[in-house]
Amino acid sequence: MSEHAIHTTTAHGQHGDHGHDHDHGHVHIMPPWLLITVFVALLFLTFITVAVTRVDLGPLNIWVAMGVATAKATLVALYFMHLKYDNRFNLLVFLASFLFVGFFISIIMLDTRQYQPAIQQRTDALKGR
Amino acid sequence: MNPTSPQTEATAVGLAVADSHHGHHHDPHLAHHFDSTEQQFEADKLGMWIFLVTEILFFSGLFCAYAVYRANHPEIFEYAHIFLNRTLGAVNTVVLLFSSLTMAWAVRCAQLSQPRGLKVCLILTLLCAFGFLGIKYVEYKNKWEEGLLWGARFHPTEEALAHVAGGAHADPGDHSPARHKDAAKHGEAHKIAEAPKAAEPAAAHAEAPKHGAGMPQPEHVSIFFGIYFCMTGLHGIHILVGIGLISWLLVRSYRGEFTDGYYTPVDLIGLYWHIVDLVWIYLFPLLYLIH
Repeated sequence: MSEHAIHTTTAHGQHGDHGHDHDHGHVHIMPPWLLITVFVALLFLTFITVAVTRVDLGPLNIWVAMGVATAKATLVALYFMHLKYDNRFNLLVFLASFLFVGFFISIIMLDTRQYQPAIQQRTDALKGR
Repeated sequence: MNPTSPQTEATAVGLAVADSHHGHHHDPHLAHHFDSTEQQFEADKLGMWIFLVTEILFFSGLFCAYAVYRANHPEIFEYAHIFLNRTLGAVNTVVLLFSSLTMAWAVRCAQLSQPRGLKVCLILTLLCAFGFLGIKYVEYKNKWEEGLLWGARFHPTEEALAHVAGGAHADPGDHSPARHKDAAKHGEAHKIAEAPKAAEPAAAHAEAPKHGAGMPQPEHVSIFFGIYFCMTGLHGIHILVGIGLISWLLVRSYRGEFTDGYYTPVDLIGLYWHIVDLVWIYLFPLLYLIH
């Protein structure tokens, strides 16, 4: 413990930095190879998402595109944004936002198509006039 | 424990030293209402995450608009996305991904107290941000010149329409027969512009039959461009804000203000920059890569 105090003293002397010695224990520093691997994976997924538009999967195309985008977003969030190594609560907060975006879009989509016939009718009536 | 043990004594001395020290040389970055820099850093970071959540919800309004219009008028999206230059979109995606890499690397350099690396990474990130906006400018300028704008300002020039007709053939992915089949499937929603609409120029309609080989122009194509400009415009504003923030980081890093003991702004602005990248990751396939 006295050693700890001495270390803190020297740390303060050099950096004016209280708690400096604690930080090294919990801060995760991304190694270069991992940063580059994630970047290459992101490039690869970008290539996939462009290439897949050349294949006709019918209505599946949009879901494949969104799936690839989500895979890319996950890589960015876990590694570039450090969520994999961070306080779990930050991850929870982040995921909660997607939960609410999901609610937002799906509840709106529930009845979206229902108004279309009425709009169409009105448009046709205006045109006929 | 035995109160006379040397260990306890040492602890007491250590604490006394640390305490007196704390009083005299207070870390200028540590606010008084935090116990430690670690606690302060965690609180700052949580605050940033909550801000990023509001950003996601902010953008989600536009994604909702996109979903509603695309569900109701898939033919507009299938037709109009051909006007967008997917090569420029893909290049911009790569530019932004690279800037995310350099930003993540900047955080690493800050954590390791490498001022030179930090400056290089921030400058690279900044250059990518300007590059992105430059490419976006070229795209917007083309749209402006081709009359591909929102609402009543949608007056596509003949060149633009010819480009679509040509592009539909040149692009091996866009099989015209398949597109026609698709268009037919959308049946009633797909109103081919038979009766000329007052809002649209007669010239465009006169041209329409000629380009029928590519795909007939559906009604209300301007909706796509309204959504396109809102989504990419809001994203562009975020890039501009990011440029301002990263420039500020660069100035501070030249002043030597960041060390392994204090790099919170680098970390938090890095998070912001990654969110901007994240939004683009979804925008690119939704706007440029519609099958």
